[in-house]
Amino acid sequence: MTEKLHEFVQKLKDENVAWIAEVKEAFGEVTAFVPRESIVDVCWVLKTKHGFDMLADLCGADRGPEENPRFEVNYHLFSTEHYSRLRLKILLSEDEPNVPTVTTIWKTADWHERETYDLFGVIFDGHPDLRRILLPSDFDGHALRKDYPLRGYEPYSMN
Amino acid sequence: MGLENTLFESLPDVVTVKLDAVVNWARKSSLWPATFGLACCAIEMMNTVSARNDLSRFGAETFRASPRQADVMIVSGRVSRKMAPVLRRIYDQMPEPKWVISMGACATSGGVFDNYAIVQGVDKIVPVDIYVPGCPPRPEMLVHAIMMLQDKIMNESMKDRRDTFEPESRVSIVPGTLPVTEGTALEKETEIEVAQNQVSRPYSIPSRHEKRRSS
Repeated sequence: MTEKLHEFVQKLKDENVAWIAEVKEAFGEVTAFVPRESIVDVCWVLKTKHGFDMLADLCGADRGPEENPRFEVNYHLFSTEHYSRLRLKILLSEDEPNVPTVTTIWKTADWHERETYDLFGVIFDGHPDLRRILLPSDFDGHALRKDYPLRGYEPYSMN
Repeated sequence: MGLENTLFESLPDVVTVKLDAVVNWARKSSLWPATFGLACCAIEMMNTVSARNDLSRFGAETFRASPRQADVMIVSGRVSRKMAPVLRRIYDQMPEPKWVISMGACATSGGVFDNYAIVQGVDKIVPVDIYVPGCPPRPEMLVHAIMMLQDKIMNESMKDRRDTFEPESRVSIVPGTLPVTEGTALEKETEIEVAQNQVSRPYSIPSRHEKRRSS
């Protein structure tokens, strides 16, 4: 199963070496680390040429304020043609949490990116409507960041 | 030789009684709760009107989907920050006289959800008459709460329930109600800038009879 995924990663590398920074394999899953400049191109090629037609999930992760790079954005791709899953990962620093949007490739990325922006503060450049989706629109901060206090900031903590 | 005959013989033609007593008796005997199920407490609330517990024995079985037709709001479950303005609006839409029962630990104090997402007690948004402890409370406890509310109603005065016009309670803007629909955040200003430019209003906006109680 993973051989097939490594093949796809190799094909991407053949197309452009700069597209794949690192490849990791764990628990039978393949993760390709992608520089954020090339994420749109990589996604486009994977969708049009290699059959990864479905964006199963797009989510963020915070490794903690002491880490650099601090943020991750994960793209979980699924192919309904050959039933394989591939994960793309972008690493981001705290100073510049900007990622190009993939809403131009998958429409479903719209709300996923809004959620990631809402909870982690990752900015998706070129997103058509980047505003909060889960938290109230006047919320202060991003709730799933590791340094966000559990009870929130005043006056929302209301303690 | 029914009850009518006995009563007719023993009672005079005219009975004088305080108007409050009659009106309150009528009000307490026909409480119409507004359906406001928010979490697992709502399951117990539904059970309260079921055949086994039969809330209609106390005249409070007519759950209404419209707040315009309801007297008592049973807040059953945790109130999230995003639900808070909705709850307040529903409360404002209920006509006087109106009462609020805070059902369960979450509605009363936030319960185990001591975090940014959950309002730490619904009394920060609406005035609460009866608090029901429990996680969730048993249906019997809700029935008991209704009975306690009925006792409370009997001690009220009609004067306290006059429907006076107070504009600020109608247009209360609670954090989270802001309709952000025009344009996109990137085109205009970011969410944080919007939040900074807005003057946050406190959660607890006293209702009409709450103000009278304190004054």
